[in-house]
Amino acid sequence: MFESLSDRFEGIFTRLRGKGHLTPQDVDDVLREIRLALLEADVNLTVVKSMLARIRERAVGEDLSRALNPALQVRKIVLEELTETLGGETLRITYASKPPTVVLMAGLQGSGKTTNSAKLARWFRAQGRNPLLVGTDLQRPAAVQQLRTLAEQVGVPVFSAPDDVVASGVGDPLEVARAAKDEARALGRDVLICDTAGRLAIDTEMMEQVRQISAELEPDYTFLVVDAMTGQDAVGVAESFNETLALDGVILTKLDGDARGGAALSVKEVVGKPIAFASTGEKIEDFDLFHPDRLAGRILGEGDLATLIEKAEQAFEAEEAEEAAQRMLEGTFTLDDFLEQMQSIKKMGPLSGLMGMMPGVPKEVRDVEIEDHHIARIEGIIHSMTTAERVDPDIIDGSRRSRIARGSGTSAGDVSQLVAQFRQMRQMMQQMGKTPKRKKKGKKGRKGGRVTPKGGPKAPKSSFQLPTREEMEAQLPDALKGPGGGLG
Amino acid sequence: MDPIFVVLIVLAIVIVGGGVAFVATSRDRGAPGEVGAGGDGGSTALAEPPGDTLVEETPPEALEAPEGAPTPEDRAPTEELVRPSFRERLAKARSTFSGYVTSVLSRSEISEESYEELEEALILADVGIGPTQELLDSVRSTVKERKLTTNAELIEVLRAEMKLRLEAPTELVRSEESPTIWLFVGVNGVGKTTTIGKVGRRLADEGASVVMAAGDTFRAAAAEQLGTWADRCGAELVRGAEGGDPSSVIFDAVEAAAARSADVVLADTAGRLHTKTNLMDELAKVRRVADKGSGSVTEVLLVLDATTGQNGLNQARQFAEATDVTGVVLTKLDGSAKGGIVFAIRSELGLPVKLVGLGETAADLVDFDADEFVEALVAVD
Repeated sequence: MFESLSDRFEGIFTRLRGKGHLTPQDVDDVLREIRLALLEADVNLTVVKSMLARIRERAVGEDLSRALNPALQVRKIVLEELTETLGGETLRITYASKPPTVVLMAGLQGSGKTTNSAKLARWFRAQGRNPLLVGTDLQRPAAVQQLRTLAEQVGVPVFSAPDDVVASGVGDPLEVARAAKDEARALGRDVLICDTAGRLAIDTEMMEQVRQISAELEPDYTFLVVDAMTGQDAVGVAESFNETLALDGVILTKLDGDARGGAALSVKEVVGKPIAFASTGEKIEDFDLFHPDRLAGRILGEGDLATLIEKAEQAFEAEEAEEAAQRMLEGTFTLDDFLEQMQSIKKMGPLSGLMGMMPGVPKEVRDVEIEDHHIARIEGIIHSMTTAERVDPDIIDGSRRSRIARGSGTSAGDVSQLVAQFRQMRQMMQQMGKTPKRKKKGKKGRKGGRVTPKGGPKAPKSSFQLPTREEMEAQLPDALKGPGGGLG
Repeated sequence: MDPIFVVLIVLAIVIVGGGVAFVATSRDRGAPGEVGAGGDGGSTALAEPPGDTLVEETPPEALEAPEGAPTPEDRAPTEELVRPSFRERLAKARSTFSGYVTSVLSRSEISEESYEELEEALILADVGIGPTQELLDSVRSTVKERKLTTNAELIEVLRAEMKLRLEAPTELVRSEESPTIWLFVGVNGVGKTTTIGKVGRRLADEGASVVMAAGDTFRAAAAEQLGTWADRCGAELVRGAEGGDPSSVIFDAVEAAAARSADVVLADTAGRLHTKTNLMDELAKVRRVADKGSGSVTEVLLVLDATTGQNGLNQARQFAEATDVTGVVLTKLDGSAKGGIVFAIRSELGLPVKLVGLGETAADLVDFDADEFVEALVAVD
């Protein structure tokens, strides 16, 4: 696991605390950490250099030594710088006055052109348009068939070479492109999305081919499909494609993994074209306009509550989750609810990944290795309880405890530990629901110590404070708050 | 910190956070967040399937004159497999690197700038900052120890250190009793299906009989794509229903191979992001089940795209955990990407690179050669 930028700063700024001013050496130290963080996120080296120059300028200009919390100040500068680079204008699709509006998809092999062509078609349909998909990848075996299958799922027709030509593997993509516009007009389709074969940016003949396809189609929008996991090479690729095709934007794919996505930042900085869309999941509807602000935090390895909540939305039944949250805040949450939520949460991915997305989680908590068998053990214990015990764990006495332990293959200590911790959690949640402001408790828990189940519920043993409901709401992106912010 | 407690806290935050989001959004847009209700394990939603493979490029003549040109089917069996050279195919990947090397060599003596330039070159090759610094540290100490003074010697030491880190046997192991099973895993779009096609061609040329198992039951038309390759190299294809259970497809393929006394089963799997727990569980099951039948799995090859950045290490780690990966296939090395992430994968996880893809044809998938790779990369044009 990479360290987040905040973790990196922690060391430096603790050292600096108490110093009246920052020496140039201190500033260099800070910048070195920023450099490391950006490089580990796959931001291109040349881009890193130019960003560091800008950050240095601002850091010097804002006189960090006077800042109350220089770490926060630097972090803010870096985040702003990243957001600015990523942001700028969001792409707004304007439709051609004389239909069809033509969209050309280009990119390296395996970046996700075919899948995202279909996803884009679905998106256009959702905008009330009637897209036509055009398959010009006549080289990869079964590429056109893949497009057809996906198109069927979104209810969009596909135009390509005749089947026997496709099967021969030697069809002419140009011919398909040439006929595509007329086909779209004949079918009354107002958007044409052209999928192309993947090609290496250095393959001059293939680049010439896609240039010819582009000349034939005269696209209104040309998108480069970029894999979020791409490394340093992304810049060169984007430059080549931009030279050949004059890109209008980038579609960032596979953003649902744990790649930091620094490649996107590099591409934006170098080519200057916005990241128009992002694909955030395996399903065909996991695709939407891009939110640059979110990627900034992600590149720095910091909390990304917006994405976390989005993931939660996918994994949880909306109404159930709402009810569960309500019950939790009221303190009437049962172990049954807990079990159900835990099962949903497993769908969201590895817990360690989820922890990373949570803002304000201290490093020592994040570094705890949580493995599946830990969760399985919890599940086993709850499964071994009777319904009454799950609703009211307080009735669990010695004999019930040993029965549950036998049933789940754990020890009585494990059972009471779980019950005690569940109780604590419920209490904490209840407080969150009640208190409008974070309580200033600041009570440090015993790190690494086991929570002894003896005695009644104690004060929360977490070494950090849970964010309050207000804080969470404050962190939500506008899109989630306001009407019509369709994220799903 | 006790894991259970952490689990509880994560859960609590997510539930409440999620709940807040729902409260905030559901008012506006009815029922939000479509739910993957069946997303638990098994055969449901698999990872996004973007063009999962390399493109098989027809030669330019064929593009210009489709009628006269031989089809790949005609061509493939008769085509002589000529092993391409790393040096030639890595020409593009080298271009940035060679600029730095030239610059270093132009200096009269070893200076801090020399190291800085090499550091930049390595970072740009996706070696990653950690491994780069570790590599240069040992170069530094060797240079000091041997009292080297010229930059040519410095480059030589760097090459030697790089080779040392990558050297490993590349042989693909066969089991004593047939059929041998080789399983191919990786994230979406790295070229698993194409790699299988090329490995199949190689095996066929060696006279081995091959069965291909279309274990990618998720991506649209993945089985057809593999089928095309199977036809080209005279292998048999075993496939299941789209959306079916990949474990059973591969198990069936092994049984079919045993019944026909075929030598090798090449098992394809659906591309999946390493962060999707349920899909990784599914893959672990595929791996277990593949061993249960009449054959044994001797190679689990992680297919990795050379353009992959630092995330490649996470990928390798998760896949290794789920399936006991035995080696890496580095694809698409004929582009401008250098695949430097293999250094980190080798040093952190001990996984050797076994095969590399240097181009589109079947002949372009060759055994990895650390010497040749490093010589081709760290060179002057």
